Amino acid sequence: MDIAFIIEKLILISAILGISLVIAMYTTLAERKFAGFFQDRVGPNRAGPWGLLQPLADGVKLFTKEEIIPTNANTFLFVLGPSLSMFTACITTAVIPWGQDLFLFGRQISLQVADINVGVLYVFGVVSLGVYGVMIGGWASNNKFSLLAAVRSASQNISYEIAMGLSIIALLMMTGTLSLREISEQQSGMNWNVFYQPLGFLIFMICSFAETNRTPFDLPECETELVGGHHTEYSSMKLGFYLFAEYINMFVSSAIMASLYFGGYNYPFMHLISNPNIAALLGVAVFFTKILLFIFFFIWVRWTVPRFRYDQLMKLGWKVLIPLAIVNIALTGAGILIFGK
Amino acid sequence: MNSLTNRKKVLESKQMNFWERIYLPAIINGLSITMKHFFKKRTTIYYPEEKRTFSENFRGLHSLKRDENGAERCTACGLCALSCPAEAITMTAAERKPGEEHLYREEKYASVYEINMLRCIFCGFCEEACPKAAIYLDGDIAKAGYIRDEFIFGKDKLTEPVIK
Repeated sequence: MDIAFIIEKLILISAILGISLVIAMYTTLAERKFAGFFQDRVGPNRAGPWGLLQPLADGVKLFTKEEIIPTNANTFLFVLGPSLSMFTACITTAVIPWGQDLFLFGRQISLQVADINVGVLYVFGVVSLGVYGVMIGGWASNNKFSLLAAVRSASQNISYEIAMGLSIIALLMMTGTLSLREISEQQSGMNWNVFYQPLGFLIFMICSFAETNRTPFDLPECETELVGGHHTEYSSMKLGFYLFAEYINMFVSSAIMASLYFGGYNYPFMHLISNPNIAALLGVAVFFTKILLFIFFFIWVRWTVPRFRYDQLMKLGWKVLIPLAIVNIALTGAGILIFGK
Repeated sequence: MNSLTNRKKVLESKQMNFWERIYLPAIINGLSITMKHFFKKRTTIYYPEEKRTFSENFRGLHSLKRDENGAERCTACGLCALSCPAEAITMTAAERKPGEEHLYREEKYASVYEINMLRCIFCGFCEEACPKAAIYLDGDIAKAGYIRDEFIFGKDKLTEPVIK
């Protein structure tokens, strides 16, 4: 534990935090822009060239808005809700391996904040914590509708977490490890898990859509029907935190999908590049390309698929995805027994 | 009973088959449709910078015309105000003084001529009613404003500039 190690980690942490915030910021613009493209419009184009300054303008707007805390709301919990939402969205990035090790100044620098051996479990723990942000916020608002929305979104998140966890078990049976770095390393070249686990990936992806409250599972917000949801009473940057946390969650779940199923930082013919630093940096670029493609897919689906009804949502989660995930586990087990992966 | 149109479509509720029930083919189909639109040419006209060309008979803002010598044609007969279904036009008549022949064509002219653009419905009846060919709706789109007074257009805004 020397000083260089601490500096290295500090730089890495601030870089990752900054990158994820900037990506989330520009995802808001991309969402609006692509929404326009999908509907034969042009999207926001007034703030800066091609509307590139739009996220900044939105940020300034949210910061300068009047901050309202309802009289009967519990102030502490009211503030805690969006903070928790934002916090849990940000800390998931700690276990994601962004690339192979770099060799700089005679040191081996790992592009992962913490290579803990329970990485996948940590991600699930944090994702479950994310429910509290919504729940506390909705309850502290002291508004019947916020509370109902919070209960609804909590039950949605909990239902889909089960299917998500079961779909990942099949993957863990193949990889034999919970560490995200080892899972990434096993998929070197084109040996991606999605080719062995297509059904598991499908279930995991559908559940990610539900966990990040994106269309077709955006019932917690449901802006066309309900005005808001758990954040009806929120204004100013506290509302901004809730909305922003959704975009960070989108980034994080794209990163997790990419690293679990789509080979993470691996790309074909990577062993042909002799310089490890160039190979690693190329890997980082490839990883981010994969993440951005997933984010694009999230947006694409949002502007295509209509929202589920609540009973359909529950039926899909409990009666379709969970049995499918269990079948997938059985199939994977049989596959491992026969082919001995 | 025969239906009145040939667009009648009998709906029957039938059980969805397996492929329809798993929804994924339908979702993929929808995704391909939205992707087609993603690359389509945008039909947007970037308004303040770019303007749609108006048709020949477009009725825009009014202008009070001048004759070939630059004198105002309006003689304040009031037929436009009379024909106006929205009662948007008011005017005050005045007599032309000697020496003002280059300003006003007839002996009587409108000293005040106001159109309330909030009332105006741009029907063009004033244009049709005018016996002197003094008013035409050949201008631009009516501008937006913040206060109601901005929408009462007087002679300063309506009279067309003198052609030198």
